[in-house]
Amino acid sequence: MRSADILRFARDAATGYPLRTSLSVLAMAIGVAAVVVLTALGDGARRYVVEQFSALGSNLVIVLPGRSATGGFSPANAVTTTPRDLTVDDAFALTRQPSVRRVAPLAVGNSEINANGRLREVVVAGTTSTYLDIRSFNMAQGAFLPEADWNRGAPVAVIGSKIKQEIFGAAPAVGELVRLGDRRLRIVGVLKSVGQGLGMNTDEVVFVPVSVAQNMFNSNTLFRVLIEARSRGEIEAVKQEAAAVLKARHGGEEDITVITQDAVLATFDKLLRALTAAVAGIAAISLAVAGILVMNVMLVAVTQRTGEIGLLKALGARGATIRNAFMAEAAMLSLVGAFTGYGLGLLGAFVLRRMYPVFPAYPPDWAVIAALGTALGTGLLFGIMPARRAARLDPVQALMKH
Amino acid sequence: MSLIRLAGIERVFHLGDSTVHALNRLDVAIESGEYVAIMGPSGSGKSTLLNLLGLLDRPDAGSYHLEGRDVTTLSPDEQAAVRSRRIGFVFQSFHLVPRLTAAENVALPMMLAGIPAAERTQRVAQALKDFGLDRRADHRPDQLSGGQRQRVAIARATIMQPAVLLADEPTGNLDRATGDDVINLLEALNQRGMTLIVVTHDQKIGSRARRQLMMEDGELRHDSLRDGALPAA
Repeated sequence: MRSADILRFARDAATGYPLRTSLSVLAMAIGVAAVVVLTALGDGARRYVVEQFSALGSNLVIVLPGRSATGGFSPANAVTTTPRDLTVDDAFALTRQPSVRRVAPLAVGNSEINANGRLREVVVAGTTSTYLDIRSFNMAQGAFLPEADWNRGAPVAVIGSKIKQEIFGAAPAVGELVRLGDRRLRIVGVLKSVGQGLGMNTDEVVFVPVSVAQNMFNSNTLFRVLIEARSRGEIEAVKQEAAAVLKARHGGEEDITVITQDAVLATFDKLLRALTAAVAGIAAISLAVAGILVMNVMLVAVTQRTGEIGLLKALGARGATIRNAFMAEAAMLSLVGAFTGYGLGLLGAFVLRRMYPVFPAYPPDWAVIAALGTALGTGLLFGIMPARRAARLDPVQALMKH
Repeated sequence: MSLIRLAGIERVFHLGDSTVHALNRLDVAIESGEYVAIMGPSGSGKSTLLNLLGLLDRPDAGSYHLEGRDVTTLSPDEQAAVRSRRIGFVFQSFHLVPRLTAAENVALPMMLAGIPAAERTQRVAQALKDFGLDRRADHRPDQLSGGQRQRVAIARATIMQPAVLLADEPTGNLDRATGDDVINLLEALNQRGMTLIVVTHDQKIGSRARRQLMMEDGELRHDSLRDGALPAA
C-alpha cells in the first residue's frame, strides 16, 4: 500500500468517528497548551526579573558590608570577628579609582513621613546626587538631591511618585516642608514612577542625603555602595579595585562582599530557568495522560473496526500495512492535537500578555519544540500497542465480528 | 493441473478439554472454471473449508496447492499477496467499509495492492459500469439497498481479477428476488471463466451449481462429481 494511500485511509478513518477523534485531539491539545502557557509564564517571570535587573542601570557593581564567602582560617579572622562598618568615607575613596565612573552610597531605614496632615510609614534611603544617574531614574518634578559634601547633606528630600500621590494628591509637592522622623525636610523633587528594583519599590521611597539618613538612624554603616564602571569590560577591574581599596582601608581585612549585577542576574536566570523547566515537566505529565488517552481511543478503534481489519486482511492487506494505517491514525490524532494545543497555548500567552502588559509571557522555543515532540512521540508510542494488536488479529475471528 | 488440490487436510479446534475435528482428512480437487457449491448443516466444516481455501486459516495437517503451488507453507505476507491477487471474497453480510463510498470500497483491494490512483479510478469506473452501479459510485453503503451492497462487494471481490471467487452465503441477508439477481451475477462471472465456490445451506441455490460438495462432521460425504447427482432432498 502506498504511503499517500495509508495517510488518506487513516485520515478517513479518523474523520469517520468525529466524537472519538475530537476528544482525543482535545486531550492532546490541552496537554500541549498547558506546556506552552506554563512555560510562557515561567519564562515570562525570568524575563521580567532580567529586565528589572537591567533597569538597575548598566555596568553596576555592588558592595555589601560583611563577607559572604567563608575564607580559610587566618590569624586576622581569629582576632577580630565583627566586620568594620562600610562607611561613607569608604564609598568616597572608591570614586578615585580609574575604572570607576560614579559611586553612590546607600543607607536604608524605616521612618514615618508626616506632611499635609497625613502620616505614612516609608523607606528612607540615604544617598547622594550620583544615585539618579547610576540607577537611570528620571525626575517627574523638581531635581534630585543636590551635589554636596557627602558628609554634610542639606535638609532636603526627594520622594517617590506613590508617596507624592498619597500625601499631596494632585497638589504640588516640590517646595513643601515635611516631617521625616524627627527632621524637617524640604521636598526638592519627585521621581518618575519606575516600580520594583533592588528589593524595594522606589515609588514608595524617600531619598535624603546620606549624612541625614545616617544621623536619623544613628548609624555609620552603609547598606550598599553602588559603583558604576566606565564600561562593561571594566566591571571586573572595578570589582578588584573596590576589593583592594576597602581591604586596605579596613586594615587588611576582607570584610566586604563585591557582587556584580551580572552574577546576580545569572543566578536569577539559572533559578528561573530551572523553575520553568520544572513547570514544563509537570505540564508534560498531562501530555503523557493525553498519550494514554490516544492509546485508549486507538484500542477502542481496533475493537470497533475488528470486522474491517478482518476484511482488509481478506482483501490481501499485510500485517505491516494494517499496523502502519493505525499508527498513521494515532500520529494524526497527536499531530492535530499538538498543533491545536500550540495554537491554544499561544492564544493563552497572548491573553496573559494583554492582562499583564509588564509580564513578557512568551513560550520559550525549547518548550514549544519539546511539547510538540513529546506529543507526537507519546502519540506514536501509545499507538504502537493498538496497531500491533490490529495487525495480529486472526482474520477468521475478525471477520465474524461485524 | 488442478486449480485447487487439497490432500489430507485436517483442521482441529481445541475447545476447553475437547477437540473438534472441523475438517478430517479432506481430499478435494477443483479445476479452473468450475462452479462448486459447498453444502451441509451448521458445524459441518464448510465455513472452515472456505477459510482454508481463502488462506485466512491454516490447516493442522495436509497440503493445499493453489495453481500448482503449495500455499500452506507460505509466510503470512506471502499468503496476503496470494489473497490480494488470486482470491476474491464475497461475504454474507457484505463487509463494506461504512465510511467509504461504493467506488472507494471497490478500489480498496487495488489500494492495498499499491496500484496507482489513476489506474484505480479507471478500473473502478469500468467495474461499477459493468455491475450497473455507475450512478451509485459516490453513495455510502448505508445509502444502498441490500442487493446494491452485495453487487459492490462482488465488484470489489473481482476487481483484482482473481483466479477463484469464494462466496460465503452470498444471499443469506437478501430477499429471494435480490438473492436470485446476485446468484445470476455470480454465475455470469463463472460463465466468463472465473472459478466460483459458493458456501450455502440453501438447497435451491446449491443445486444450481454444476458440482456439489456435501459436508458433514468435517468430512466430505458426497461429491456430485464422484458420486453422481445428489438425490433430490
